[in-house]
Amino acid sequence: MSLTSLSIAELQAQFRSGAASPVEAIDALEARIAALDGRIHGYLSRDFATARALAEKADISLPLGGVPIAIKDVINVKGEPCTAASKILLGYTSTYDATVISKLRAAGAIPFGRCNLDEFAMGSSTENSAFGRTMNPWDFSRVPGGSSGGSAAVVAADEAFAALGSDTGGSIRQPAALCGCVGLKPTYGRVSRFGLIAFASSLDQIGPFTKTVRDAGLLTNVIAGRDTMDSTSLDVPVEDATALLGQDLKGVKLGMPREYFISGIDPQVDAAVRAACKHYESLGAEIVEVSLPHTEHAVSVYYVIATAEASANLARFDGVRYGHRAQTENLLEMYARSRAEGFGPEVKRRIILGTYVLSSGYYDAYYLRAQKVRTLIRQDFTKAFEQVDAIICPTSPEPAFKAGDRSDDPMKMYLADIFTIACNLAGTCGVSLPCGFATTDGVRLPIGVQLIGQPWKEARLLQIAHAYEQSTGWHKERPAL
Amino acid sequence: MDDQFNVRYTAQLARLDLTDAEIEKFQSQLGQVLSHVEQLRKVDVSAVAATAHANAVTNVFRADESRPFFSQETVLSNAPRSANGLIVVPKVIE
Repeated sequence: MSLTSLSIAELQAQFRSGAASPVEAIDALEARIAALDGRIHGYLSRDFATARALAEKADISLPLGGVPIAIKDVINVKGEPCTAASKILLGYTSTYDATVISKLRAAGAIPFGRCNLDEFAMGSSTENSAFGRTMNPWDFSRVPGGSSGGSAAVVAADEAFAALGSDTGGSIRQPAALCGCVGLKPTYGRVSRFGLIAFASSLDQIGPFTKTVRDAGLLTNVIAGRDTMDSTSLDVPVEDATALLGQDLKGVKLGMPREYFISGIDPQVDAAVRAACKHYESLGAEIVEVSLPHTEHAVSVYYVIATAEASANLARFDGVRYGHRAQTENLLEMYARSRAEGFGPEVKRRIILGTYVLSSGYYDAYYLRAQKVRTLIRQDFTKAFEQVDAIICPTSPEPAFKAGDRSDDPMKMYLADIFTIACNLAGTCGVSLPCGFATTDGVRLPIGVQLIGQPWKEARLLQIAHAYEQSTGWHKERPAL
Repeated sequence: MDDQFNVRYTAQLARLDLTDAEIEKFQSQLGQVLSHVEQLRKVDVSAVAATAHANAVTNVFRADESRPFFSQETVLSNAPRSANGLIVVPKVIE
């Protein structure tokens, strides 16, 4: 068994027993990546020399000492490129560490490798990367999901022990489901966004991709906490996210939202998630039906709010201070042409939509109205959480779809996020974990079940996820590569 | 669909040059998205306050103290053009 197939916890056990060293972990990653990534294309860049130098002096007594962590290429790591998978940032070198990177370093981890994504984290398939798509490790003709598709694929393919991604409308959970790994979006405000290239600031949150639920807790423990550099990170005590792992589920109540079990879901996904609910009952949890009545509006609210915020955030890419600059002698032309040459089609589409819904005369009808419906969506969750500890539902309405199937049909692509978006709008935490397989055209494709937890209750959420994981073992399945 | 939606004009607001082909395509694709968004009109929001953020945070203060950040050299390291410690852009005043 190769070192790279280990979870973080297993790797750390090897370090402690002396069976393996951090340098050997980097060597194993290099071999695995050399053998596989030409076909999977999960990484945009990787710097083995820097990683090996850090591994040589790693202190394995630290919480993540010597553990390499892959990083979505939208999080700044000092001295490394950070492209956001966009041509507009080609040649840019980060001049600082994002707070999550400083925290990883302080915990002894080795930030290693830059993972592919949809350009500026806009997409659900990683096909919007300016540098080529990432393949799903279970079937190269299919997408890994998105936007953090590279992070999900490298973890699923054992090209990484774990990775960081970002989730604005499902960009951690949906690719985790499609690739068969664990993906956690922490509560909004739990993790600092400082150094994350902003997409939609009121929705973005950084979180882990891991092989096990325990690892997700270990990583969350390190990256969580108030940061003075991000005033939206809240001063809420950081509880140990692994504290409740192993406790039984007696008295735990899970809600199945009737609006999430609808026609149009792939029948194999529906069956697997219903089977997961049954399994939870066998573990002692109580399953009740709940209602999130404004669910049908979540996608609309999201694509107004997220594009509005994106159009403002992406205004900074104008060719002046960094990034691509068009050659022209007129300043206004320089802005408009730098952006035209640097941004890809999906980013342009979203900038146009976002600019429109914020523009004079349309603000009230679109943006303000969407913010009000967002309030109703949040209230749905608040009410549901008066009855249940967590909500259980599919992560994605279907398993991984074929590349090219919907890359030119934005509305169809946007509906891929139908079950993950509301969690961001409500600002709470959610996790996707493997719950079985679909067989499509003779290929086995992972299915993910999503658990949405109460705000700030990541420890409870992971307890519930862990009980399922440990009693089923789906997480041990790996693609044949 | 909103018949006021004009991609060409919106692109000017966004400082984004689009080709005629892009304008035509986005007009139809985003028109479709806006039609979907129209369903929000059905929701009664007359008594609902807007949510701008998941956590209502107001006036986060910190001490007004200077602290080390980027050097001038660091700031300029990614600039497409710089000279004499400044970022150079096309001239805006004749």
